[in-house]
Amino acid sequence: MNQLQNFTKGFIKENPVFVLLLGMCPTLGVTSSAINGLGMGLATTFVLLMSNVVISTIKNVIPSKVKIPSFIVVIASLVTVVELVMQAYLPELYKSLGLFIPLIVVNCIVLGRAEAFASKNTIFSSAVDGLGMGLGFAFALTLLGAARELLGSGKIFDLTIFPEDYGMLLFVLAPGAFIVLGYLIALITRLNKA
Amino acid sequence: MEYIIIIIAAIFVNNIVLNQFLGVCPFLGVSKKISTAVGMTGAVTFVMVIATMVTYLIQVYILNPLGLQFLQTIFFILVIASLVQLVEIILKKVSPSLYQALGVFLPLITTNCAILGVAILTYQKEFNLMQGVVFAIANAIGFGLALVLFAGLREHLDLMNIPKGLKGTPIALIVAGILAMAFMGFSGLV
Repeated sequence: MNQLQNFTKGFIKENPVFVLLLGMCPTLGVTSSAINGLGMGLATTFVLLMSNVVISTIKNVIPSKVKIPSFIVVIASLVTVVELVMQAYLPELYKSLGLFIPLIVVNCIVLGRAEAFASKNTIFSSAVDGLGMGLGFAFALTLLGAARELLGSGKIFDLTIFPEDYGMLLFVLAPGAFIVLGYLIALITRLNKA
Repeated sequence: MEYIIIIIAAIFVNNIVLNQFLGVCPFLGVSKKISTAVGMTGAVTFVMVIATMVTYLIQVYILNPLGLQFLQTIFFILVIASLVQLVEIILKKVSPSLYQALGVFLPLITTNCAILGVAILTYQKEFNLMQGVVFAIANAIGFGLALVLFAGLREHLDLMNIPKGLKGTPIALIVAGILAMAFMGFSGLV
């Protein structure tokens, strides 16, 4: 597999959300608007990229018995970095994402890529994989957030598409997350088959 | 009274899965049969209560006095990961029958964000230890309720005539959405 394929597989073919069904909690929890989805997606991308780089760098040093715990420590430290940076420079986004920032630690995609890819491949291809997967995740979250925001309040990225009075509030609330994601997954599966 | 409010709020009003979106992975993953759903609930209850207690004590007696609050995430996840291991080893020795029942689900729990989520929420809501324990138990019940209800619905879904494109995960998510809608009826109760 060349690096370009390695990079692009995360968007549609092996999209973490739509195809692999990993990382569902933040996917559903923070996507009440497109901007929140994008913010969460980029924060996860950073963690994913850095953890893949760090883990593929130290993969030969870690004894196989403590592999998973050491991965978790690496990931948790990176998440703490993201948490502190966001708190300092993007306090508003930090507030609206809330609990889901520390929960990046238990996002299965990060640990999954570390175990399935970074612990077996070179630093460069791990970085490409992390970036591709992360951006695929960000893409999925932004798409879901935009769809919910549009249906719920008639806006995308705060740009009014139709008057808010016609929006269905349900889609911004919890049930809308499940329903919109269900239809999006059906759509992506269809596209993948075609 | 205060405990009753915590319990009702955690089970119905802010249901951990359907309203807060914590623990959605096991919610979708192990909800194909009611029996596995019940097993998973047992394991989650067990670990959630112990983890909340231990992380609370660590936060109050180690992290706060030393001014190390920023290490919360790292500490909590390490505690949970080792607790899960410990619980597994102890259960194997003390109660092999319970281990048999919960065994498969225990390793999955480390990456269940409901556990870490409840541990962090307990601290954020400034509960004391007793309230924290009640909060953890109530959340575990809420998780179990959502999981078992959903598993029951999914067992019926297998027999239904579903449009081809929606088979599998999509229809499960849509059903979860409708279930979440039903739980919205509880909002404003507390």
